[in-house]
Amino acid sequence: MDISKEKLEWIYTTMYRIRRFEETMLEQTFKGNAMGVTHPSDGQEAPPTGICAHLTDKDWIGSTHRGHGHCIAKGLDTKAMMAEIMGKATGQCGGKGGSMHIADFSKGMLGANAIVGASIPLAVGAALTAKLKGIESQSVGVSFFGDGASSQGVLHESMNLASVWKLPVIFACENNGYAEATPSWYAVSAEDIASRAEGYGMPGVVVDGMDVFAVYDAAGEAIARARAGEGPTFLELKTYRYHGHFHADDTSKYRKPDEEAYYKDKDTLKHFEKTVTKQKLMSAKQLKSIRDMIEQEMLDAVEFGLSSPMPDASALYDDVYVNYSNPIAGLR
Amino acid sequence: MTTSQANNPLGPGYDNVPGSVKRFRDIFRDTLKAEMLRDDDVFLMGEDISGGFDRDTKEPLDAWGGPFAATKGLVQEFGPERVRDAPISEAGFVGAAIGSALTGMRPVVDLMYFDFVTVAFDQLLSNAAKSRYMFGGQTRVPLTLFARSGAGTGHAAQHSESFYSMLAHIPGLKVVVPSDPYSVKGLLAAAIRDDDPVFLINDKKLINLDGFVPDEDYVIELGKGRYLRRGADVTLVGMSYTSVVCQKAAEQLAEIGIDAEVIDMMSLSPFDEDILIESVKKTNNVVIVDEDTPRASMSSEFAAVIADKAFDYLDAPVKRVTAPHSPVPYNRELEQAFMPQPADVVGTVKNLLARE
Repeated sequence: MDISKEKLEWIYTTMYRIRRFEETMLEQTFKGNAMGVTHPSDGQEAPPTGICAHLTDKDWIGSTHRGHGHCIAKGLDTKAMMAEIMGKATGQCGGKGGSMHIADFSKGMLGANAIVGASIPLAVGAALTAKLKGIESQSVGVSFFGDGASSQGVLHESMNLASVWKLPVIFACENNGYAEATPSWYAVSAEDIASRAEGYGMPGVVVDGMDVFAVYDAAGEAIARARAGEGPTFLELKTYRYHGHFHADDTSKYRKPDEEAYYKDKDTLKHFEKTVTKQKLMSAKQLKSIRDMIEQEMLDAVEFGLSSPMPDASALYDDVYVNYSNPIAGLR
Repeated sequence: MTTSQANNPLGPGYDNVPGSVKRFRDIFRDTLKAEMLRDDDVFLMGEDISGGFDRDTKEPLDAWGGPFAATKGLVQEFGPERVRDAPISEAGFVGAAIGSALTGMRPVVDLMYFDFVTVAFDQLLSNAAKSRYMFGGQTRVPLTLFARSGAGTGHAAQHSESFYSMLAHIPGLKVVVPSDPYSVKGLLAAAIRDDDPVFLINDKKLINLDGFVPDEDYVIELGKGRYLRRGADVTLVGMSYTSVVCQKAAEQLAEIGIDAEVIDMMSLSPFDEDILIESVKKTNNVVIVDEDTPRASMSSEFAAVIADKAFDYLDAPVKRVTAPHSPVPYNRELEQAFMPQPADVVGTVKNLLARE
């Protein structure tokens, strides 16, 4: 296996952090500590982790309503994320964005985005900045989106634009089989979404999105290509959403138990653990100490969120503009 | 650089300012060029702005000089990287412009006809306008967009809209509407240098008009209106091309002894409440003239502000002269009837002042 031990450790830490963050966040949501809807991504840990393993803070990613995994893989702080979901002043966005709008520009994270498909051209624009500044080798744009967004016009416009302008972009389509409750076999006209890449003059690769090693390899090739100035690549990562579309969604109304069992049997964390211990790349003890560290981190994140203050009432009016001369307080 | 106080550049105080008479389209292009020279992060994007490519050399041809010749000569000067011709995909390239603005560039987008804004509307509303707020002030979006509005050129229903009120409604966006060569230079430069997303809309009827433009480097502060004419009897409020209509109406009113004041709003968001209130307190009568359709429009917003803050100074109800609540018709006579004309303004003022 051509992955360094440090990188393997990072991959396991990141995937376990995503898994436990989602489970912890759900618990907090059901306790009423989240202020709105949340969209868990547990089950889908491999795509953000295998891709972001190749990125630095100078690379940019765009994300979706199901964005916690992307944030964590890009290095965001789980305390600030948990506080944001709880709407607190110490949250990543001061409590004004919530679960669906977590961003960290210092980490190259352009923001989770709750309009399906809307963040795709932002990653293309970040890649355009890299091209205009001549820093493609250090700064690529990765757009994460789902099978639902694959039907949005703006994806197709963005693919054409990235190809015509030969921009360093990776279109990372996490196909988890469902757009809300609608299955992709119903809503997507192609067997493989990646087959559409050919029409836009870029490679399209189908990847087992439950296998982080496969994602890591495919992403490595695509990102090397982007950094070398050879243009965009489309990756279709076939994965699975363990929970429903949002926290209170009951999947038993539209999914079959055998299907869920099939994917849970392919669980990316289990697969990783089996592979690295069998090949003696990491020990069971090492894996456990990572899990223990994350368990403590989650306790700390919840404690931090719960004990943090609410935003000041005046925050309502902050940051609508950088500067603006009209009153914005409205009429009462 | 100075911030020019928004007074009539042809009036007193400007006698000694060095400058010359320029055509609107020429000063528009000269300002784009000046801003690109001033800041390497400024670049242009839009359909046909480099005007075709040579089949053999793949070099841009500048065949049209861009839509309405707004970018003529710029691709030769700055090259196709900074004068970036975009495929017809407004949502895609406006989104890409926002992404580049979020990551350190200062993009300027030519959307050609203002009507095309609807194709990119989600990107403008959900990303450009909201990123700063929903991400807790972490970022800024120094994006400029421009496009041409207005009826009167036979472009019919889908190339003639003036619904800039739709953009002014959106918190996070700024909207400016120049009305002559002087204001387009100052507003375009201010828009490009501003750290918020700004949409500049210019009426097509202005593009071939001439006017005095100072040579100096100046910006017009966003959110400021100006007096184009001082008067005592009635305030005429114009924006974009209706500022020209108001000036023509004021000249006709002067012939029958009515002394009209003309305000050119220049900015629609933010907008200059103070100048509206100040003028109404003096004249006690006001007519707002807008080529946009009347419901939920800038004219209704200005009327509400005047009613709220200057009610006691009004001698008569606030009056509006606007387009009808209809699409823009193609037929030339119908199209002229759609647009507010100086005669419509004169008639409204005469009724308002009860001087038949």
